[in-house]
This record gives sequence, C-alpha cells and structure tokens, in this order.
Amino acid sequence: MAGLAIAFGSGAMTNSIAEIEHNDVLLIIGSNTTEAHPVIGQKMKQAARRGAKLIVVDPRRIELVDYACLWLPIRPGTNVALINALMYVIITEGLVDKEFIAERTEGYDNLWSVVQNYPPERVAGITGVPAEDIRAAARLYATTDRAGIFYTLGITEHTSGTNNVMNLANLAMITGHVGKEFSGVNPLRGQNNVQGACDMGALPDVFPGYQKVANPEVRERFAAAWNCRLDGTSGLRIPEMIDLAAEGYIRAMYIMGEDPALTDPDITHVRKALANLDFLVVQDLFISETAKFADVVLPGASFLEKDGTFTSTERRVQRVRQAISPRGESRPDWQIIGDLATRMGYPMEYNSPEQIFAEMAGLTPSYAGMSYERLAGDGLQWPCPAPDHPGTKFLHAGKFPRGKGLLQGIEYQPPAEVTDEEYPILLTTGRMLYHYGVTTRRSAALESYRPEEYAEINPAQAAELGVKTGDKVTVVSRRGRLVTRVQVTDRVPPGIMFMTYHYKESPVNILTNAAFDPVAKTAEYKVAAVRLEPAG
Amino acid sequence: MADVTLTIDGKKITVPAGTTVLQAAREKGIFIPTLCHDPKLSPWGGCRLCVVEIEGMRGLPASCVTTATEGMVVQTASPAVLEARRMLLELLLANHPQDCLTCSKNGACSLQDYAYYYGVRGDQFQGEKHAYPVEADNPFIVRDLNKCVLCGKCIRVCDEVQVNNAIDFAHRGFNTRVTPAMDLSLKESEACVFCGNCVQVCPVGALVEKASLWQGRQWELTKVRTTCTFCGVGCNLEVSVKDDRVVRVRGYDNPLVNNGWLCVKGRFGADFADSPERVARPLIRTGARGEGRFREATWDEALDYTARRLTEIKEQYGSRAIAALSSARCTNEENYLMQKFMRAVIGSNNVDHCART
Ligand code: SF4
Ligand code: SF4
Ligand code: SF4
Ligand code: FES
Repeated sequence: MAGLAIAFGSGAMTNSIAEIEHNDVLLIIGSNTTEAHPVIGQKMKQAARRGAKLIVVDPRRIELVDYACLWLPIRPGTNVALINALMYVIITEGLVDKEFIAERTEGYDNLWSVVQNYPPERVAGITGVPAEDIRAAARLYATTDRAGIFYTLGITEHTSGTNNVMNLANLAMITGHVGKEFSGVNPLRGQNNVQGACDMGALPDVFPGYQKVANPEVRERFAAAWNCRLDGTSGLRIPEMIDLAAEGYIRAMYIMGEDPALTDPDITHVRKALANLDFLVVQDLFISETAKFADVVLPGASFLEKDGTFTSTERRVQRVRQAISPRGESRPDWQIIGDLATRMGYPMEYNSPEQIFAEMAGLTPSYAGMSYERLAGDGLQWPCPAPDHPGTKFLHAGKFPRGKGLLQGIEYQPPAEVTDEEYPILLTTGRMLYHYGVTTRRSAALESYRPEEYAEINPAQAAELGVKTGDKVTVVSRRGRLVTRVQVTDRVPPGIMFMTYHYKESPVNILTNAAFDPVAKTAEYKVAAVRLEPAG
Repeated sequence: MADVTLTIDGKKITVPAGTTVLQAAREKGIFIPTLCHDPKLSPWGGCRLCVVEIEGMRGLPASCVTTATEGMVVQTASPAVLEARRMLLELLLANHPQDCLTCSKNGACSLQDYAYYYGVRGDQFQGEKHAYPVEADNPFIVRDLNKCVLCGKCIRVCDEVQVNNAIDFAHRGFNTRVTPAMDLSLKESEACVFCGNCVQVCPVGALVEKASLWQGRQWELTKVRTTCTFCGVGCNLEVSVKDDRVVRVRGYDNPLVNNGWLCVKGRFGADFADSPERVARPLIRTGARGEGRFREATWDEALDYTARRLTEIKEQYGSRAIAALSSARCTNEENYLMQKFMRAVIGSNNVDHCART
C-alpha cells in the first residue's frame, strides 16, 4: 500500500464495507470483486439493484460488468493513463472540488503539469477505451457526492502499481472524495490477514504500527520493551531476498505459511534461490512447493485450531477462536516461534495469544485501545488509540496523517513487457471464486468442483489454434512454458488471455515476469507476453 | 417517524409507524410462528402461518405483511387463528415425508417445532406424496424437494442477497417446486455459485450441507464464532463442531460485515483442515533439495536442529545472512512474533510477507 502511504500518510481502506450499501457511485478498477471478495461483491450488486451506478474498469467482461452503467475494457497495464484522462476531463470541465484542493492538499500544479498531456482522445489510443466513455465516467464520478473507489491486485500487481494507487488518490483528492463517509480510496486486500501482517510490522522497514526502524527513538522504545539490541537499517524485500539467496549472500530462510515457489513471479528463479540456501525451515500445514526445498518442515495449525486475531480489509480487528484441536502433532505458529526463540537463548514464553496481543497493543499506537475483552463482539477498526475509543469507521476526516494530501503528477509508462510478433498475447492472472491461494486445493469439496485450470481465451484465438473448451494448449512466455486446458469465452477480448495462480500442475508463475514495482516491490504478475501452441 | 399504538393480546404496544404487526408482537415477546418470513429478506406473505385476527378486518391477515395502525386490536392466538394454523400444518405434513428420525434438520426444523407446538400429527389427511429424486450431483448442497414447504426464502436470498437469481418457482399446484431454469440441477444450471446462503435460510430439511450429512445431530453441535480465512473481507463464521470435527460452517450475523452471509469458500472450504495431506509431525529432509523426501522427527529434535543451524549461520555469516517470510494467512499475534523473532533474536530486519496487495 505504498501508494496510499505516500499520498495520505497511511495505507489502508479508507471506508467500511457496510458503507457500500449507501454509495451512489462505485468506481471498481482492477477488481473482480464477485470472485475475489464475494461477500463485498454481493453488496456491490445489491447497491446496483438499489440504483447505485457502477463504473467497472477491467479488460475482462467480469460479472460486475452485467450490473455496470459503464464498462471501460482497458488494455492491461494502462491504468495510469486512464486515470490521468479522467482527471483531465474533471479539471478541464471545472468539476474539481476547489475548496478541498486548497485546504487539504498540496502539489496541484505539479499534478496538472502532467495531467494536461492526457486528453481522452490520446488516452483512448493507449487504453483502448473510447474517449466518450472516459468523459462519461469522469463526469459521473466527479459530480456524485457518495462516490467510492475500489481496487485490488489488478491495480497493484504491475510494475507501475504504486503509481496506479497514487493516481487513484489524486483522483479522489481533486474531487474531494476522501475523508468522509461513503467516499474514499479502498484497496480490497486479497489474503485474509494481509492488512494485519503489514500492521504487525512483517515488513523490512517498519516495526508494528508502521513505526520506522530507522527512527532511533522508535528503536529505543522497542529495544527497551524487547530487551535486546536492534538494527536500524531496513531489511530486504522478498525479491531482494530471492536474488541474494541465488547469489549466496542469504544463507538461511525461515518461511511461515507462504509458498513463494508457486506464487511468486518467475518461479524458476525462486526455486534456484531456495535450492542454493544452506538452511531452510518451512512452517506450514502442507508440503508446499516451497517446503520441498526445506531442511526442516514444522507443522503449523490451521485457523480452526488456534486463537488469535485477523485484521480484515476494512481495518477491522476480529477474533479467531479455536474450534478443534490441532491435527496430528501440529502446533499453533505462535507456540513454534516462541519455542524456537527460547531454544536460541531468547526466552519467549507466552501462555496465550491474548498475552501476545496485549504486548503488541502496548507498542502499537493504532491498536493501543484494543484488548481481547473489547474485541469479543464485532471487533474494532483501527485506529483505536485508547481503551475508550470506539474505533474508526472511515479515515482522514479533517486531516491526513501526513498533514496535507500529496498530489503528484504521474506519467504513464508502458508495462515492462509488451507483446510482439513472437509473443502476441497478453496474459493476465488473478483469482477465481472456488479457490484461495493453495489451501482450498486441499478442500475435498472445492477441489472436486474445480480440480484444474481452465485458462480463458477468446474465440478468435481458439479458432486460430483450432481448439475448443476443454482442450489443452501450451502457453509459452520468455521465461517458460506450461500446458493447460482452455475455456473459450468472450469474457476476454482478442489478444488477451487469463489464468489463475492456484494450480501447481499448471504453475502460471513459470510464465510471469519478475520485473518489480520500484517502490512496493510487488511484481508484474498481471502482464506477461505469451504465445499459444498446440499441446504436446 | 410518528409512532402508533396498538393492542396485541390485550397488551398496549407503541411502535414506529410502518412497523408490521409481526415485528410489533415480537418486540413484546409475543410468539407468532412464521415459515416464509425472514427479517433480512423482503416480506412475501405466502405461507400464511403467521395469520392473526384483527378487529374490523375480514378474514385472517398475515401479520408479516400487515402494517400496524393506530388503535388496532390484534389477537395472535384466538380459536380461529389456532384452527387456521393447525389446518395449514396438517396440509403441509400431509405431503411431507415424515422421516424426522434420520433427517439432518431434526431438532432445528421449523415445521417440526410448530407441529409439536400445536399438537399436529399429520394424520388428518391422506395427502399425495412427492417423489422427486434427491439432488446431490454437486459437492456442496443436497436438495431434497420432497421436504420443501415452498416458503420461497431460498429464492429471495438468491435474488436479494446473492443477486444471482439461480432459482425460482416453477410449475403449478401440487407440482410447484423451486428449481433453476429448465428443471436443471444447481450444478447443471451453471447459474448457481454455491454460496449456500439458501441452505442457511431454509426452515426445513430441503436444503442441507452435503458434508454435514450423518455427522451429528443438531443438539450435539458446539458452536464457535470465528473469522473466515479465505479472503480479506473478514466474514464472521459460526463453526459447528462435534467430537473435535467441524460438521458445518454458517455465517454469523454480524451486520457490520457479512450480516450472516458467506461465499462458497467460507461455507464449504473448511474441510482442508482434515485433509490427509496435512503434515502431522515435524520433518527433516533426507532427499535432495526440491525433491520433497523427508523423515519424521520429534518436535525436540526438529526445533533443536533448527535453533542450532540458525545460530551457526548467524555466527558465521552475520544476522543479515538470514531472512524470513511471515504470512498474510497467520494471525496478528503470529506475525508480531515472527518480526520480533527476526529483529530481537536473529538481529536483522529481513522480514517480509508475500502479498503486499
Ligand atoms: S447456493 Fe447461492 S447461488 Fe446457488 S441457489 Fe443457493 S443462494 Fe442461489
Ligand atoms: S427449499 Fe427450503 S427455503 Fe426453499 S422454498 Fe423450499 S423450504 Fe423454503
Ligand atoms: S466467506 Fe467468502 S467473502 Fe467472506 S471472508 Fe470468507 S472467502 Fe471472503
Ligand atoms: S410468515 Fe407471514 S405469510 Fe409466511
């Protein structure tokens, strides 16, 4: 969420799920919500029923398009240009919120100096979206009071991901659509506790609560609480860890509940790096693709088998409660980490997750007012700085954490990889309804219903290859090749195909590109140039 | 909005204008049975079990679709009302397969409860029974339309909540049934997304979670409120457990988040916990890296080995030669501990997690 952190000073969904019911415009960009966040998708469809207007920006004809008043079928990787054109229309037609810009933001001139070069006619050529539709979307969004933006992986997993998000923040700020109920900038977080993992400081540059490791005062506070010395230099991000492991500088890794050998881009490179380690410990429920490289596999317990908390996409901290005992000899991850620390000479003896939560809340201002007792009911949304604070439904009322919101012009840059004669098709990847990461592959019910990949290809491509739904094809990129079954559908336009990343039998990340967003270090999962060949 | 005052069973009740007679009665704790009513769905007034007597009104109006008015006088259990309800229940039972002994819904079935409450045995009429085949061609939901009481709640939840319109009433009279278009099965129809929200509202045993069949009686289940693990929405779950096994998952009514509704993953995906592929014991590698060959070890052995190797590597190459991936699936407490472990024990800020999305 680096983009929002730069623009506002903190990165999280600004509004709440329950507010969707009262939105009049929903600008949904790069989010196949009904499959990736189905219960939010329901609410969006309900809103459309009630008369809310949906503007859907997506290359594919996703389900929400059926409920949309405007569908902008954008060429993958061209979001920045589109958003610039929306702002061009809003500014040139005088639809901006002058008061908001004057009082709450800085950098307007810088923004305009860039945006002025993006008239809809030019951008239509870049994005493939007709200029008239760009104008209509801009007017509708700018002139509706309760207008919210919703986006997800579709927009962050590009080399320009951080820019995309900053540009959405620009759009919301110049129209005064942030800092109040029913309007804001809302990243829908994919995994159940991405928000929490970030909040807890599972990031190389911050302690819990986004407190910088580089700040000596912060470091002192944590050093005192933890009774240890602390490094003030930011650590490595995943792609750097992988590169340095491949080069032999990183010697050991401890991987908990993640499967980079399947889900990270360019997995051939990832697997080489893992094989090169002196020592790898993997803590997981299953022998994941990553665990196959491990020296030690430690069996963790599932969410049904332990207590704790998750923080949802709307910043809501909610209780996880143990329903069944850990299977086999598996143990909750918090116990394993604590035991390991103790064995390494640093006693970490907690009786319960509640005790850990209390320690964390004492060091994390945005969680300071929370306790298991207060979370017992419907949870609390951060920031919740004091025991009598009710939690925060929407962010940035009156003021941004960084003071004034930062408007910053952003130039469009073509995706790191573009199609050519050899690789003429753009592959985009994402989630589907019946699976989540790889866990659901172990659900007998879900797996039996959707046991394998059906890559979506357009009828034009299918005719060229002479394949029909259910047939197999080979997909080839500059990095690798795989075989998959196809579904022939006009959900995808000609020249674009779609695959999910749930299947190790057709691991899409053999094909994807490890070119990284320079700020957030999220990879370009979304766009890779490929060609199709007959299977065999 | 202005208030109105009405009298129900001799009690004066003041409610906001627009309140239904049913709502008003329930607010005062007065019992009225319902089959087709659900406060989270639009009112329909189709089952007529909620009928009451209202002074000055002809017939017996259905309380769930009758708005309370000033001065209204309502009887919820007059002889005429009780007679009408008994007759309705007799008719429903007349063509209901009375196999409560082995029905999954036994103990949590509205039809059963009301029959008991009103002393209706279902032996008044010899009704014709349906002989629909039980639909079980999908892995999630079993549909036994022989038990359907045509309350229409599943249709409304699919339409109003899931906004999917996969099912509707079809055919007439005795043959009226709930079905996807063309009498296809849910699976064949390709319109159903198996959210299972229809199962959750069905008052009888017509819609049942397949995995829960034969796994436990309603009164044997312990219910635990928790949070879904399959995406960032954070839906609240009610997990039902018997003998340390999950029998079924339903949506917990948190109106701020999911309001009781779920998607296919949250409702039907929890069986991954009992997958035979779960790692049961700590493992130590025996084969080449990437091969995935291991031997089992005790926790002591595995943890001591790990502690020793990490300490050695830290001493030989320094703290920054070690890196960790935390998990966007694990709890806050576990993420907190993982970064604390890396920073305080290993001495490095090399901690990150996979999806910064
Ligand atoms: S499972 Fe969901 S989509 Fe399918 S019929 Fe029931 S409510 Fe409709
Ligand atoms: S299947 Fe259940 S919910 Fe649907 S109409 Fe029949 S009884 Fe009512
Ligand atoms: S039930 Fe579905 S929508 Fe709700 S949190 Fe779980 S996966 Fe997400
Ligand atoms: S509950 Fe009122 S008519 Fe069915």
